Amino acid sequence: MRFDLDTYREIADSLVRNKSRSLLTGFGVFWGVFMLLFLLGGGQGLRQLMSNNFAGFATNTAVIAPSQTTKPWKGMKEGRRWSLTYTDVERLKRMIPELETVTPMVSNWGQEAVNGANTVNANIKGVYADYSKVEEPLIRYGRYINEADVAQERKVCVIGKRIYTSLFPSGGDPCGTMIKVGPVYYQVIGVDFNSGNMSINGNADEAVVVPLPVAQKIYHRGNTIDLLCTCGRSGVKMSSLEDRMRHIIAREHGFDPTDRDATFFLNTEQIFAIMDNLFTGLSFLIWLVGLGTILAGIIGVSNIMMVTVKERTTEIGIRRAIGATPSNILGQIIMESISLTMAAGSFGIVFAVLLLSLLGSIVNGRPDAVPVDFQVSFWTAVVSALLLSILGVIAGLAPASRAMAIKPVDAMRDE
Amino acid sequence: MLIELKDVNKTYDNGQPLHVLKGINLSIDSGEFVSIMGASGSGKSTLLNIIGILDNYDTGEYYIDGRLIKGLSEKQAADYRNRMIGFIFQSFNLISFKTAVENVELPLFYQGVSRSKRHELAMQYLEKLGLADWAGHYPNEMSGGQKQRVAIARALITNPKILLADEPTGALDSKTSEEVMQLLAKLNREEGVTIIVVTHESGVANCTDKIVHIKDGLIGRIEDNREHRASMFGANTIMK
Repeated sequence: MRFDLDTYREIADSLVRNKSRSLLTGFGVFWGVFMLLFLLGGGQGLRQLMSNNFAGFATNTAVIAPSQTTKPWKGMKEGRRWSLTYTDVERLKRMIPELETVTPMVSNWGQEAVNGANTVNANIKGVYADYSKVEEPLIRYGRYINEADVAQERKVCVIGKRIYTSLFPSGGDPCGTMIKVGPVYYQVIGVDFNSGNMSINGNADEAVVVPLPVAQKIYHRGNTIDLLCTCGRSGVKMSSLEDRMRHIIAREHGFDPTDRDATFFLNTEQIFAIMDNLFTGLSFLIWLVGLGTILAGIIGVSNIMMVTVKERTTEIGIRRAIGATPSNILGQIIMESISLTMAAGSFGIVFAVLLLSLLGSIVNGRPDAVPVDFQVSFWTAVVSALLLSILGVIAGLAPASRAMAIKPVDAMRDE
Repeated sequence: MLIELKDVNKTYDNGQPLHVLKGINLSIDSGEFVSIMGASGSGKSTLLNIIGILDNYDTGEYYIDGRLIKGLSEKQAADYRNRMIGFIFQSFNLISFKTAVENVELPLFYQGVSRSKRHELAMQYLEKLGLADWAGHYPNEMSGGQKQRVAIARALITNPKILLADEPTGALDSKTSEEVMQLLAKLNREEGVTIIVVTHESGVANCTDKIVHIKDGLIGRIEDNREHRASMFGANTIMK
């Protein structure tokens, strides 16, 4: 293939000559590329949106909560209620050394938090200082609950984002302010901006976190706790510890260790696995749909090139008669096919990138948004452009071989 | 001898074998103005296709300028056609979406001549044929005679050894036919171009210097026509 300006002029001419045909054929390719890139970018953004929900949450966390027994055990009927106690914390720590953190929580839902004229619904969470290892707070002002708060049973609290915005509409650092939650006044010591949607015992947004002994005494909880949060050491799979934890707790609280429904056991590992599977499935679907659409477009191009070659039999015959070699003709047809595919595909890439950045600015434009990247990477675009040129060649192969088969004698025959 | 055919045979095999050329022996010298005459089905078009390297023959030998033309690859055949032979067709066979000058340039494009050079040459040839003003026009904006002259310019631009014309006046009226034949005669006389015209019109054949009659795949009479008296319908006109 020689590089002559006329080569390109000729390609442009023959594509422009059948404007609507080229346009319609190109649209198939355009739409395919657009779909693939847009879905890829959208899928990636969606994945990030979802993982933002889990932000700040340790991936190897298991939460244990008591439930009703469903099997009789040692003379006791099924349907019995039981409670976790403080002793379970120490017991699990000692008997399962793989656990890095075992921390209890008591909570009280539906309290009213008041600051002056502003009120908002809040959930009290009583925690130890090491709870921050399970659900990492995103401290905006002040600090989190510490060991001293717990030891001295200080009436202090860390408030969630929604509580903060409702009680302190004018903003600013609220630390030191006394707010009333339920019957008691607490001093605000910190604001937690963690907006992840995966939270234990209610959203971190609406939580007022206080030292555990304080909540325990104010709400008369005695020795019982609502749930136990456990974190494995790094590299430890929580699912492998699940049975041991179940056995230890069952023996202590007198129910059948095989009674799986007696304890509510939430393993974040499983949730992450589910999400991973979901997105693997989703991206498979995206590729299937995207590539399928591109393929349909390419077949369209191939088809229309077939028609073009048929229409131009005489012209190709004339060219052959006056000295075009078969490879000249091959080059011409394939170049036309590539040009059509590339032109349409480039528009598809540009359009997808534009629409993705629009989508990104809409999603990220929300006031409380955590930035999400919808845009496809530069290399994805480059690879798809390369893919398109290869597909263009493939689309041109069948029509080009038909064009090459045209004998110059055909030009002599009167139509 | 510029062109030499020795016992050339050609059989088409479309279901039923059809022996079209049954041993053609023909020599044409450089600078001759020859017409090949015959009824339809006589094999004259097949002969022209073989002379023009557009088609293969089965047995025999065909030489152009001493070079044996047999069993060529498509690429070689294309190259020989491009450099040695200029074609003029009955239906002009200009490319409709190219202007006159672009059509004339096309053979040079396939020779790999640079853009400005081939444009310059094409303009020269158009001017020679009195079509310089029509260079930018498309074939459908031109008359039949003009189109045929563009086609002649295209055939001449590579400076070929042989000019092959297949019924060059078939789509033209008698006046234009006359003009085209005069033009070919002039090219032959003044520039020494070897011209072979295939026709079934005796008037057209009468314009040439030598008439080869072909009948049923065999060369019949070869008439010396330098006096231009072959046509029984008078000397100086083409009957339509």
